[in-house]
Parts: sequence; C-alpha cells; structure tokens
Amino acid sequence: MRLLFRQSVSLLLIMTLLTGVLYPLLCTGLAQALFPRQADGSLIIRHGQIVGSRLIGQSFTSPAYFWGRPSATSPGPYNADASSGSNLGPTNPALRRAVERRIAALRAADPDNTASIPVDLVTASGSGLDPDISPAAAEYQLSRVAESRHLAPAIVQRMITASTRGRTFGVLGERRVNVLELNLRLDGLWPKH
Amino acid sequence: MTRNDLLQMTVYLIALLLLVKPLGAYMARVFADTPTGMTRLGAPVERRLFRLCGIRADEEMDWKRYALALLIFNILGLLVLYALQRMQQWLPLNPQHLGAVSPDSAMNTAISFASNTNWQGYAGESTMSYFTDLLGLTVQNFLSAASGIAVLLAVIRGFARRNADKVGNFWVDLTRATLYVLLPLALLLALALSSQGVIQNFRPYVQAHVLQQTRAQVDGALVTGTPAGARTQLLPMGPAASQIAIKQLGTNGGGFFNANSAHPFENPTPLSNFLEMLALLLIPAALCYTFGEMVGDRRQGWALLATMTLIFVPLMVGCVAAEQAGNPALHGLAVNQQAGPLQAGGNMEGKEVRFGIADSGIWATATTAASNGSVNAMHDSFTPLGGLVPMWLMQLGEVIYGGVGSGLYGMLAFAVVAVFIAGLMVGRTPEYLGKKIEAYEMKMASLVVLIPCALVVIGTAIAVMCKSGLAGMANPGAHGFSEVLYAFSSAGNNNGSAFAGLSADTPFYNTLLGACMFIARYPLMIGMLAIAGSLAGKKRVPASSGTLPTHTPLFVVLLALTVIVVGALTFLPALALGPIAESLMATGH
Repeated sequence: MRLLFRQSVSLLLIMTLLTGVLYPLLCTGLAQALFPRQADGSLIIRHGQIVGSRLIGQSFTSPAYFWGRPSATSPGPYNADASSGSNLGPTNPALRRAVERRIAALRAADPDNTASIPVDLVTASGSGLDPDISPAAAEYQLSRVAESRHLAPAIVQRMITASTRGRTFGVLGERRVNVLELNLRLDGLWPKH
Repeated sequence: MTRNDLLQMTVYLIALLLLVKPLGAYMARVFADTPTGMTRLGAPVERRLFRLCGIRADEEMDWKRYALALLIFNILGLLVLYALQRMQQWLPLNPQHLGAVSPDSAMNTAISFASNTNWQGYAGESTMSYFTDLLGLTVQNFLSAASGIAVLLAVIRGFARRNADKVGNFWVDLTRATLYVLLPLALLLALALSSQGVIQNFRPYVQAHVLQQTRAQVDGALVTGTPAGARTQLLPMGPAASQIAIKQLGTNGGGFFNANSAHPFENPTPLSNFLEMLALLLIPAALCYTFGEMVGDRRQGWALLATMTLIFVPLMVGCVAAEQAGNPALHGLAVNQQAGPLQAGGNMEGKEVRFGIADSGIWATATTAASNGSVNAMHDSFTPLGGLVPMWLMQLGEVIYGGVGSGLYGMLAFAVVAVFIAGLMVGRTPEYLGKKIEAYEMKMASLVVLIPCALVVIGTAIAVMCKSGLAGMANPGAHGFSEVLYAFSSAGNNNGSAFAGLSADTPFYNTLLGACMFIARYPLMIGMLAIAGSLAGKKRVPASSGTLPTHTPLFVVLLALTVIVVGALTFLPALALGPIAESLMATGH
C-alpha cells in the first residue's frame, strides 16, 4: 500500500510535467511558429487598432450593416467573454415569442421586404458568437443595406459573394457568409486584392 | 433529409472505419510490447521514468493490486485537481485574475475530469486560469483516458491468459497508453486544429474595438451590450488547441470555453469540426480491433465493432432527420426552415451556421455514443426526437463505441450477459472466447450493466422530488423534466454533455451529480477487473459443436438486442414523460 502510494505520487508528478507542461508548451511553440495568426485568434487589425476576430461575430443593428445571428449571451449579445446558447427548448413559448420579436425587428428595418425569413436569421446560435449567416440570410438583407447606403445592389451582391465560403472539399459543413468581413467590405476597410 | 446530409454521414463513417485497422493494429503492438518506431523512440524515456518512480516494469499485479493502484492514482489526481482550482488565485498564469472556484463546483469538476466524464458545470473562460487548464484539466484528460485503456487491457489479458493469477502492471499500461497513443495523436490533432484557427497562446484577453456599438432589444427595452457598455468586445485567449485535442481523443469532452465546440475558437471551420468528430470515436472504435488482435481472433473484434455500428447508424440518421425537419413550433410564422442551396434550413436554434444540421446531428450522436460529451450545438434546443437520440444513447450504458477503454469493457460486460442469455435458451454453460462464464462473472457483469441504470433512475427521482432539484429547470413542462433526466443520464454514464439550460452549478446538483459520476466510474472498473482476475485463472475450453460462435452475424444481432432491451426496458417510462410527451405535444396542436 505504501509502495503503491509512493509510486502514484511520483508517476502523477512526472505525468503532470509531461502532459500538463511539456505537451502544451510544445503545441504552443509549434503553433506559434507555423500558424501565428490563427494561434492568436485570427485578429483583424485596421489603422493600428484591433477591430475584432474573423472568427467571432459582432452585434449589428444598424440598417446599413448586415445583421448576424441573434445571440443569447448575457448581459448583451455577442459578449465574447461569456459564450452561450439560449438553451430554450423547442416547445418553450419563450422561443416562439423571441422569434416573433426578431421577425418584427427585421420587418421594421425593411418594411417593403415580405419574403419569408431564413431560419438562421431569427434563431440564436449555439455559441452566441457565430461569425456567419447563411447566403440566404445575406440575400434577404441585400436590398435594405443597398438602399440605406445608396449603393447599387450588384455592388453589394459582389461583396456578399466575396465574403462567402463554400463547403470544404464540396462536402463538409455548410455555405456561409462571414458577417464581420462583409461589413468591413461595406465600410471600405477590407483590403482589396 | 438532404443529399448532403447523407453524404456527410457516409463520408464520416467511411473515414472512421478506414482508420480502425491501422490504429488498432498499432495499439495492439504497443500493448503487447512488440517494438514499433514509436516505442523505440520512447524506450529511454520510459526506462528513466520507471526508475524515477521505483516501478519495475516486469512485475505484474493480480487484479486486486491492479485495482488498488488504479484507485490510489485516480483519487490522488482528483485531489490535486481540486486543490488547483481552490488555489488558482495564488498561482501563476492567471492573467484575468480569476478567483478560487467554489468548493462544491471544484469537487464536481475534479470528480468529473478524473472519472472521464467531464461534465462542465463551470464556464471555462470566466472560471479557470490557464494554470488550472494545463496542470489540472489537460493532465486529467490524458490520465482518465489512459486509466480506461489500462482497465480494458487487464480485461483483455483475462480472456487471453489461462491458469494465470496476474492481469498486468497498471503503471506500465497507463504509461504506454499515454506516451505512445494519446500524446502523439493529441500533438498531431492540436497542430491541425490550430492551423484552422483554434487558439493556442498564453496572452491575456484582447480588447477589440468593434464596428458598431452593441445594442439589443430585450422585451422592448433598449439595453447597451458588452459589460464595458462601450464599443468594445473582450476576446478570450489561452492554450485551447492542446486541451481540445485531448478532450476529443480521450472521450473527455470538457470544453475550454462555455459553449464547448460550438465556440468558434474551439471549432472554427467545417474541417476542424470533421477532425474533432473523427477524433471523438477514433480510439474507442480502433480498440475493438486491438481487442481482436490481442485475444488472437480478429473476428471477435470486428463483431463487437459491427454491433456498435449497427446501433449507431440508425440513431445518427434519425437524429439528423429530426433536426432537418425543423421545429413545428415555428410553423405559421414568416420563417423559412426549408433546406436549399442557400441555407441548411431545419431547426437552427442553438446551432452554428458553419455546421448546419448534418454536422450538428452527427456530432450529437457520436458524442453521446462515445462517452465524450463535448457539443457543437446546444442539445437542449434540439427537437424532442432529435434530443431523444443523444439521451438514449447515454442510457444504453456508453457502450456504442463508448469511452476510451471503458466503452469496450462495458460492451464486454454486455457480451457476457448475451452469451449467458443464449446459454439459458439452449441449456448449456455459457462460454465467451473459450472461457466458461459462471455465477461470479455473471454477478459482476450484471452489476456493471445495472449500476448506471440505477444511478440515472434514482438520481432523477431524487431531483424531481426536491425543491432545489426543480429550481434548476430552465424550460417549462415535459422539457424541464427532460433536462433533469438528461443530466443524470450523462453523469450516471460518465458522458458529460448536458441539456445545458439546467442550472446545475448549485450545491445540490454539484453534489448529487458528482456522486453519480464517481459511482458510475470506479465500482464498474473494479467489477470488470474482478471479472478479469477470475477469467485469467480459468483454463481455456476448446470450442465444440455446442459452442455459440461469437463472431457471427447471429451473435452481433443478439448482442445488439441485449443492449437495446436493457436500455429500452429501463428507460422507456422515463422517456415517455420527457421527450416522447414533448414530441406528441409539439405535433399535436
């Protein structure tokens, strides 16, 4: 018993050094050397200022910007320090009320648009930080954004296309539009190639 | 269901099954002490490590000593993890100056990570310092998985040996599983993940100046968003990739962030998602091949893998189909839930756009088939039947692939029960792999099968009879009951996923769920080691014409039915009160 205890203590110590110190340090060293931008959070820097991460969504409510997914983080939406979904059950009346409220807000910002709304634009994401919307959700908002910016719809359409990613290898995941990238393009803050 | 849904499920299954043989054969060589490139590289490290710890690698243990070593090692790790959480405010690598974790939450998390459950009662980004993440959580992610593999190896030796009284050396098994299987795989995966955008650094959180000031309508009132109330967003940082890699590979599942693998920093792209899903079932599936190889009959391993896959596939298809069909509660609103070329459609509440329906459904099924418990979508917001699938998969005892090591030894307990049932039908003493199954093995196997069932049912009953249990429910009606049932199914089977609306970070739930996680892990391990010890001492009976072959499709079906019948008989009444009632109500009006 005493022998087993002694062996336990020393093995735990060595394993802690191996898996808790050496392994993460090795990962950090290699990741920082090979993929420094990704390992540091895919940050977007404009005019010397960090404006966000390409991977973390931001809250947009102005009609001149594309809106992202509804976010259930607290105390406010897109609080990156407190990722969370709504965890509303499918039959919870509060879910239906929340969806109704979001429909009303979208309609109020764009009264002429009577198309039915893509589901991802009125349901909260899993992380509360979803950086993407579906291409359908971008199409739905195109006329509103173009109008409030006095831009030709074709120009906005080109920006949507440029911010769209397809399925990986044509199979994995879903087609999606990065909202922050798209809005930076609208503001002329995305570098042109 | 769309064509792409089917395609993604097929690609996933094929990729998984293709990896079974190479990894399984490699592990068989590592554990049978046949030299491989990896073990030659590690041999000097291993020798020095054993010398430092005073371990003699050639000294084997009987099952009782093996169990004792396992228990001492695990409980020691548990106490260290508890202490780290309670003292993190005085320890380094805490740039956000996070305070001590509360005693009940720290104990819950310590049990949870040591027992390979990784129930996440805490929100990572606002609770755990980098020091706790690394030296506490990451370490236990490795060691709990290695402990599972060690017990499995002892059980395999029990079947493979004859007239023996030793089942192996726990220290050697644990060390080899860590050095040659978990560490190299985790390193590869961590690098692949960080190439996709999973963060890996030691920086303090970063202040970003966002494009538009955050505003939100909450019930008509305008509130200003971020805690600072200005145009800023605080981006969390930290060594995430290294922890997430082993969290997926070791069927652990406790996330670096609160939203787990739905968080874009934990799982940024469809490719990172595919790799994480593959890692989730990789080792448990490959261990089936290792088992066949080590007992000297590969067909036995393939039969177990076939049984698992036979149950897994229809449940995966069912889950994806239920989610793709959308939420009937939103009918009549101007919402388009149809899948099309421009959107995934379906029930998108709690899901991420980059994953859509297929990746969320496959993940939910895989993570609960394995005792992983990480999530890339919020199970609480799944449709009633879509949420029934993960819940029932846990209730089946985490043997459909299951946890690393624990899934297969759990399935072997079911195999013992299955040959016993078959033996009763024809009136012969049951045998499995040439070993007679007698009263002692049957008693132990029954305990292994029934303890988790009892934990789930009794735990749920206690919680719904207590005020503090009911207070945790976030959703009204049948769904609230589902949240509680899900929590105990998860803790009582060492899964760790949640219907996360349940407010479980309370002294009541932390204590009760903590107890369930502990009992679901260690008594089961001891029971299996007892079987291993007893089997090792028996001689091998040569197969005769009256022996039930255990590698045939007939046995696969018999074993699958045994698993399903135990799970269905025990839980159908409880499921009827939860997801089934909710489903009927949802489609009723």
